Amino acid sequence: MPILNVSELRTHFRGERGPVRAVENVSFTLESGETIAIVGESGSGKSVTSLSIMRLLAGGRARSSGRIEFLGRDILSLGEAEMRKIRGNEIGMIFQEPMTSLNPVLTIGRQIAETLILHQHLSRAQARARAIEMLRLVDIPAAEQRIDEYPHQLSGGMRQRVMIAMALACEPKLLIADEPTTALDVTIQAQVLELMADLQKRTGTAIILITHDLGVVADVADRVIVMYAGRTVEEATTKDLFLHPLHPYTRGLLATIAKLGSSLDDNAASRLTEIPGQVPSLHESIPGCAFASRCPLVTDLCRHTAPSFEAVEPDHKVACHHVERRLQA
Amino acid sequence: MTIKSNMIATGDLFPSEPRRGRVATFVRRHPTIVAGGGILFLMVLIAVFAQWIATIDPDKIAPIKRNREPTAEFWFGTDMLGRDLFSRVVYGARVSLLVGFAVAVCATFLGLVTGLAAGAYRRLDMVIMRLMDGLMSVPPILLAIALMAAVGGSVFNVILAISIAEFPRMSRLVRGLVLSIREQAYIDGAIASGSSMPKIIVKHILPNTLGPIMVQATYICSAAMITEAALSFIGAGTPPSIPSWGGIMNEGRMLWQIKPYIILFPAVFLSLTVLAVNLLGDGLRDALDPRAASRI
Amino acid sequence: MTMETPVLELRNLQKHYFLRPDFWGRPTATVHAMDDVSLSLKRGETLSIVGESGCGKSTLGKTIVRLQDPTGGEFLLNGERADTLQGAALKAFRARVQIVFQDPFSSLNPRMSVRETLAEPLVNFGLAASRADIDAKIATLLDMVGLPRDATNRYPHQFSGGQRQRIAIARALAPNPDVIVCDEAVSALDVSVKAQIVNLLGDIQKETGLALIFISHDLAIVEHLTHRVAVMYLGHVVEEGARREIFGAAAHPYTRALISAVPNPTVEEKKPRILLKGDVPSPLAPPSGCRFHTRCAFATDRCRAEVPRLRKIGGDHAVACHYDFSADGVLIQHAH
Repeated sequence: MPILNVSELRTHFRGERGPVRAVENVSFTLESGETIAIVGESGSGKSVTSLSIMRLLAGGRARSSGRIEFLGRDILSLGEAEMRKIRGNEIGMIFQEPMTSLNPVLTIGRQIAETLILHQHLSRAQARARAIEMLRLVDIPAAEQRIDEYPHQLSGGMRQRVMIAMALACEPKLLIADEPTTALDVTIQAQVLELMADLQKRTGTAIILITHDLGVVADVADRVIVMYAGRTVEEATTKDLFLHPLHPYTRGLLATIAKLGSSLDDNAASRLTEIPGQVPSLHESIPGCAFASRCPLVTDLCRHTAPSFEAVEPDHKVACHHVERRLQA
Repeated sequence: MTIKSNMIATGDLFPSEPRRGRVATFVRRHPTIVAGGGILFLMVLIAVFAQWIATIDPDKIAPIKRNREPTAEFWFGTDMLGRDLFSRVVYGARVSLLVGFAVAVCATFLGLVTGLAAGAYRRLDMVIMRLMDGLMSVPPILLAIALMAAVGGSVFNVILAISIAEFPRMSRLVRGLVLSIREQAYIDGAIASGSSMPKIIVKHILPNTLGPIMVQATYICSAAMITEAALSFIGAGTPPSIPSWGGIMNEGRMLWQIKPYIILFPAVFLSLTVLAVNLLGDGLRDALDPRAASRI
Repeated sequence: MTMETPVLELRNLQKHYFLRPDFWGRPTATVHAMDDVSLSLKRGETLSIVGESGCGKSTLGKTIVRLQDPTGGEFLLNGERADTLQGAALKAFRARVQIVFQDPFSSLNPRMSVRETLAEPLVNFGLAASRADIDAKIATLLDMVGLPRDATNRYPHQFSGGQRQRIAIARALAPNPDVIVCDEAVSALDVSVKAQIVNLLGDIQKETGLALIFISHDLAIVEHLTHRVAVMYLGHVVEEGARREIFGAAAHPYTRALISAVPNPTVEEKKPRILLKGDVPSPLAPPSGCRFHTRCAFATDRCRAEVPRLRKIGGDHAVACHYDFSADGVLIQHAH
């Protein structure tokens, strides 16, 4: 049974100039121990999707519809009290900026212990012992001393490790990591990604990784969902996506990023491939395919009718009217 | 090739809102600005057209009609000299609003000059800010009383005294704003584009401080009206020949247990005006808040 | 053979920040942001400065556009001392060296229209004689950066991030400078927009012969667009060379680790990653000797004691390390 089953999730915001359609019909499932990456540029709806799953969007301004089934329970219909029991306990979350997601006036040990006392009903002493254990697990040197330090006394990489320790303290079934390494330097990013992969192997936690960095995706994800303007355009195993991308947007995205080693390859193009134009505004209701305005394969059909998100191969779904043309080619 | 059907559920999760006119939209979005602005506008009208609104000459003494309760002839009753309270309260709006607005303008000007200088030139910063610390270490009302004692009672002197007591707050705010705006990359961009410091202050820094300054100015305005009333109440403000709300309350002080309405009416007007100015300030603060402006 | 004068030449440039003054105003702490940096840049060339946060690359950028003054060393523009210029000479210098910042949302004054923003350098540097002249020059600038001419009366918030960065580039191009410093100029942009801006910078350089200092932590982008690379670590240049030397034959253990840490967007077989231990030490108290020794797998007592000097190891390749390494990163035991 999948851990998480999201079907037809839509999340809209109340905007000053009418509704903002941040997420339109996102569906996916996640198995235990699996890492799924949600990739997209800003405004693609990748972060809103994760916040919808955590039900962290302010009630009055945002509304979600569809179904989010977590271990058989529909998250969207749970009460706030039940939701609080899930957050931080059964679903952990790591954000991009560890400095703002840690409380500056509490020691890191206290912050880890709080969640354990709240969710696991440990005593103070037990919680502290477990917090030290968690800090050791995320490779923080001298954990017994570090546990009494405040967030500002730690480096950015250390803070993100503390965030991970905190998110994993209650042994959640699912970890949502929203751009966990974007604010970190590459050498520190490498450490943190290695740590996450290692911890996943040990604990079997399923991970949703939200990122814009396809390099990170290639390194850690089992499957990838590509989002564009609030919609999913392609879903495939990581290998399949990088080797046989089907949606014109995915192909454009893979072509546009600079790859290391270009100076050693005499055939490398001197210009990067561009995707012309801009991402469409989420204020507009787009009747057809969201990528139509920038797509090289666009036809009238694309402008008027939104393509359905269908499996063209086992484990490979795509939302494009012209996917047959792609497959034949 | 088969055309795939569109299976995507459509429609918006928020019911589309009825189209409103511009005015209706503004009222719905900024109720405090509308309420505060409305009351204040009414007060301004009363002050400007006091001559026509007042029923009787506010200075006309009528010993036989002393201490009347409110009646059809004397809407708010009369004071112990037999002067019509309604007319006096109406005229009193002039002093309060004049002092409030004039102090807001003067204190903002003084605060802007000192604050910009302190924020932009590090050498002046120490001197100006220590001076402001000195001024702020005395409660504004005490400072105003001391200044009034030194210069004597007149509306001009009241404005001057309260402005001096209030402007350090504005100066600090402006300095803080300048220091934070200086960190913005567009200031570095302007330096790289060859702009001199005075030009940067006028073109880049000043326009970006106006929002918070306007909000602070409204708070200074309401504080000035209260201070003016307090000064007049203790007899250190506007001369007794000019009707002012604080003065009327002072005159009613001795009778307040038997004739509470003498104090009540000017107090209600003062509270209402101060409330209006504060509402306006709060509304402006919310409307100008960059976080609110970036709302999707 | 004639030696071409470099557009920009840095000689032992140093920038320290003095912090926490005591009662007498004497600093009690010093941030060693940039130490002993010597680099040169030719006309039409792109030199990239790479490294992690705190390595001093942004300090370097701000210093050479004179947004802050160096605390030691000197630098020359077209062969003439530029670090001590003041007054009118400084203003003339500013027209020659421009900068584009990382965040396109804070680098443009939100209350100035595109026209006002672009007119500012033209007016300040006396490059336009009349209103009509200003308008004509602005139109040319907008064409160069690929913005529609009707953009002039709009304000920054009406543009997307990529378009704003085009406006910032147009502002930098306005005085027709010799050098533009791009301080993480594409780092905040989405991938599909990043490619547009990178290509734009390349096109403009080809057209105008402009020299670029490209400060970035994104090694893949750097490799794509640069001619030469300088790698910085904790204020020191640890390696410098032509693009192929750095990306194909990196000699410094830090450069190797840095390149290997970049996640490459491919599912092909990958080289094993060199994982560095620990964090970058604080620039308040940089380590003795080689500043990288606390994280280096090959560190010896000599590294802890002696600062390695930048030494030439090829035609256009220099490294600041006491030791040599074979192509696959194995230490060759002989000291210099």
